[in-house]
This record gives sequence, C-alpha cells and structure tokens, in this order.
Amino acid sequence: MSVAGMGTAAGQARPAGRLPRLIAPDGPLELAEHIDRYGPVPFRDALADFGDGSLISEVEAADLRGRGGAGFPAGRKMRAVARAGRRAGPLRSPVGTAVIANGAESEPASIKDRTLLARAPHLVLDGIALASEAVGASRAYLCVHDSDDQLTGTLSAAISARDRAGMNRVPIQLLTIGGSYVASQETALISMINGGGGKPAFVPPRPSDKGVRGRPTLVQNVETLAHLALIARYGAEWFGALGAGAGSALVTVGGTVHRPGVYEIAVGTPVGELLRQAGGPTEAPQAILAGGYFGGWIRYSDALDVPVSDPALRAAGASLGPGIVMLVPASACGLAETARVVGYLAEQSAGQCGPCFNGLPALADAFWQLAFGRADRATHGWASQLLTLVAGRGACHLPDGTAALAASALRVFGDELYQHAAAGPCPRVRRPGVLPVPGYPGGRA
Amino acid sequence: MSRRSGRSGLRVNPVACEAHGICIELLPELIRSDPWGYPLIRPGPVPEQLLPLAKKAVAACPTLALLLTRDD
Repeated sequence: MSVAGMGTAAGQARPAGRLPRLIAPDGPLELAEHIDRYGPVPFRDALADFGDGSLISEVEAADLRGRGGAGFPAGRKMRAVARAGRRAGPLRSPVGTAVIANGAESEPASIKDRTLLARAPHLVLDGIALASEAVGASRAYLCVHDSDDQLTGTLSAAISARDRAGMNRVPIQLLTIGGSYVASQETALISMINGGGGKPAFVPPRPSDKGVRGRPTLVQNVETLAHLALIARYGAEWFGALGAGAGSALVTVGGTVHRPGVYEIAVGTPVGELLRQAGGPTEAPQAILAGGYFGGWIRYSDALDVPVSDPALRAAGASLGPGIVMLVPASACGLAETARVVGYLAEQSAGQCGPCFNGLPALADAFWQLAFGRADRATHGWASQLLTLVAGRGACHLPDGTAALAASALRVFGDELYQHAAAGPCPRVRRPGVLPVPGYPGGRA
Repeated sequence: MSRRSGRSGLRVNPVACEAHGICIELLPELIRSDPWGYPLIRPGPVPEQLLPLAKKAVAACPTLALLLTRDD
C-alpha cells in the first residue's frame, strides 16, 4: 500500500471544535491507523512556491506560534529559511536547508513534548516531512533527551515504518542529547549537530541564515510541527476555529492537583477551568507558576479567571512559555520554591558568558538568603540589582528567564519577604519542594 | 543607503568577551563595568562625536567581542 504523495491536501472535513486534536485518546496509532485517521501526508510538490496555496502561507494565515517557549510565529521562521535556502542555491548545486524538530524539552516541570512524541509520533513526523518540503530541506533531525530509552525506541520504530512505506522524502535522523537545561536551546542543538560543544551560540548568524553545516536551518518545537501537520490537512480556518484563532495547546499541569499531567486545551481556557480538568487542588492553594522556570507567579485567587494564553498570562505577570501551569499550596513558601529553582538554573549556566556565570550564582545566593537565611533590606536590594545586571546579557535566554522568575517572586511574595525580614524564615520553608528541581528532594516531575 | 541614514550601536558578544576591560577604559562615556568587570553598554545609539572613540574601542578588544552595529 502506498500511503505517501497523494498530491494536494486531503481536505477532509473534521470537527473543528473537538479536542483533543493532537493526542488521540486511543493512541499511539500505528502508521496505517494514523493514515486512516488523518489521511495521507499532504505533500504539495511545490517546493519553490511560497505564494497562495503553499504550506508556508497557510501556516502564516493560521498565525501558528512556536510552542517551545518563545512563541515566535512559525510561518515567518519558515519563510526566512526558505528564502535563505534560495539565496544559497543557484551558485552551485542546490545545497538545501535543514530542519530540526526540537523534542528535547529540558524544563523540569514540562512533559508535554515527550508525551506528544510517545502518544502521537506520526503526527510529529508528518510535520517534519511537510516542513522539510516547504523550506526545501535535504535533511531533518529529531532531537530528544537521552534519558528515555523507551521513547527513542518508539521513535526509531516509527521512522523505520515510514522508511519502509517510502514516506521519508527527506531522511530523518533521530538524535539524543544530554540533560543540561540549555542543551536544547536552538543554537546549542545546531552546535551539537555540527560537532561542537552543544552550547548556545551568539546570534548572528541566525539559524535561519546559517545553521547545520552552514545551511539555513529551521528549528521548530515538536508540538508546533504536530499542529503544522494538521494545518496542512485541514487548513488555517480549521486551526483558528478554536482558541479565538490561536488553536489548541498542550499544557503540563503539575504541583498539588489531583491529576497532574498533560492537557490539551483551547488557548484562552481560564486557569481555573484547566485546574478543574486536572482534578482541582489537593490542599489549600496559594499561587500558580505559569510558563515554567522562565515564567512568573500569580496568586491563586488572581489566577482563576486568567485565560491560558501568552498575552493574558503576560498581562498577569507570568507567561505561557512551553505550556506549564504548576499549582503551589499554601503550605509551601513561595520564596523557598523560587530559591530552589533559581539555584538549579544558576547551575545550568554553560559557563560561556560572564554576566551569566557570575550573576546567576550571586542571584541564587541572594535568593537563598531571602528564603532560608537573613532577608534584610541589603540582600533584597542586591537581589533586585542583580536582576537588571544579568537580564539580556547572555548568548541565550538563561539569564533573562531566571531574572524574570526571580523578579516575579519579589513582586508576588512581598508579604513573605517582609515576614522573613521581621522574624526569620517561616516554618513553611521546611516543606519539601513542590516544583520539581533535579538534585533536590522531590526531584523530577 | 547613505552614510548618514544609519545609526550606530554597540553590542557585546558575551561568549567572546573575557572582561579585559579595555573598552571600559577607552569609552567610559558609554561603557561601564559590572561588578565582575564585564562591560555594561549604555542603551541607544552612539552619539556622532563619540563614533571615533567607539571605533577605537572595537578595534582594541583583544577578543573581538565588541561590535559596532548599524541599523540602516
């Protein structure tokens, strides 16, 4: 049975309002079942065409945003890579571009990418194939963490099945990477593939100009590519029929809820509704951390009506990031939770940029003092000063993200700062950490 | 682009910078030291009269970490 290359988009009618879109409840589907359910991969056989009817213009029309944390418009990135590939081409034989699917999520609080890859591998692989065609890629890479042998097994079996069915027009190479927080940053992935140290690099050159082996390179999160695979089949209008145009999103819900896990919601679903889906609080709630460890805190009572979308969460002092909502109970100290995470993030510095490898440990020390030691005015002042000293001064966003989290803790946990300053650390600092921090009691999610 | 249309700005490549501090010596008007000796650049364009000094600071950096950018 030939399943590939059926020409134009299948265009089957699919109910737009129904969730889940990405992760079939009866998944993971074998390749044949997957094709049965979603239709063949709608290659357009129109590499050179960026205009109306091309996948890139469809993705732009859908205004699909990257789901790896930064939220950059996916279509704009694709267009930049496709254009740069054209520029590089005519002089010699066409060199082609490259596509990297980033599934190496290193946020300790996030499991949505590995869940998607385990439960819907072929949707992500469809997205890689389609994005590769759209930007004229001659090679593609799927990057995942090296910690999960079962997942790598599933993925390499899925890739082989597609090889046998003749569906991999562009070869897809599965790569595993190590555990450091910054190793999954896009320039770090490119450095690793190029045989470098796998650390973030200074930009420019942008990956879209010069990435894998000097080729223009598209780096997209795996969830972004799964959405792209559905947009290619059902169109931009279908995508935007949910979430007031923004579609659906995978969100990892964790902390003190009855059913922690990955939930697919329409973007804009209120935080309170998402927490209800996750079974609600297991004990008296205090605050949520939205957006992961580069995100921000919102008091529980202020959070319930906030829509889970990046603009709304930003207006409330947090962000969507890679889709993370952690519920922290009243029995925990927000300063202690933040201090442990800031300590972890400081240890993740690749040691390349002075303001990062000096500033983050200093910030971690100051936060440790505020949470567990002497929270005097001088320490508070030094912590605030460090926030402005580190932000924006690294090759990657580790210093900015850490500063954002720390700043939000100083804003939201002002009462706690005052109490710690007046009477020393509160008894709640002795509660085991709620936020997962590798290397601390509680450990990984 | 005409030479006057673009405005110049200073940028540090933080991976290359090793805190030699020469730029801080040469251009204190726009660059000061952070607590660890790394350059903090005053945001915004480089004023016309400081351009020669800025170019000197760029050329003097032993690790080529200071960059003069133009947004035309």
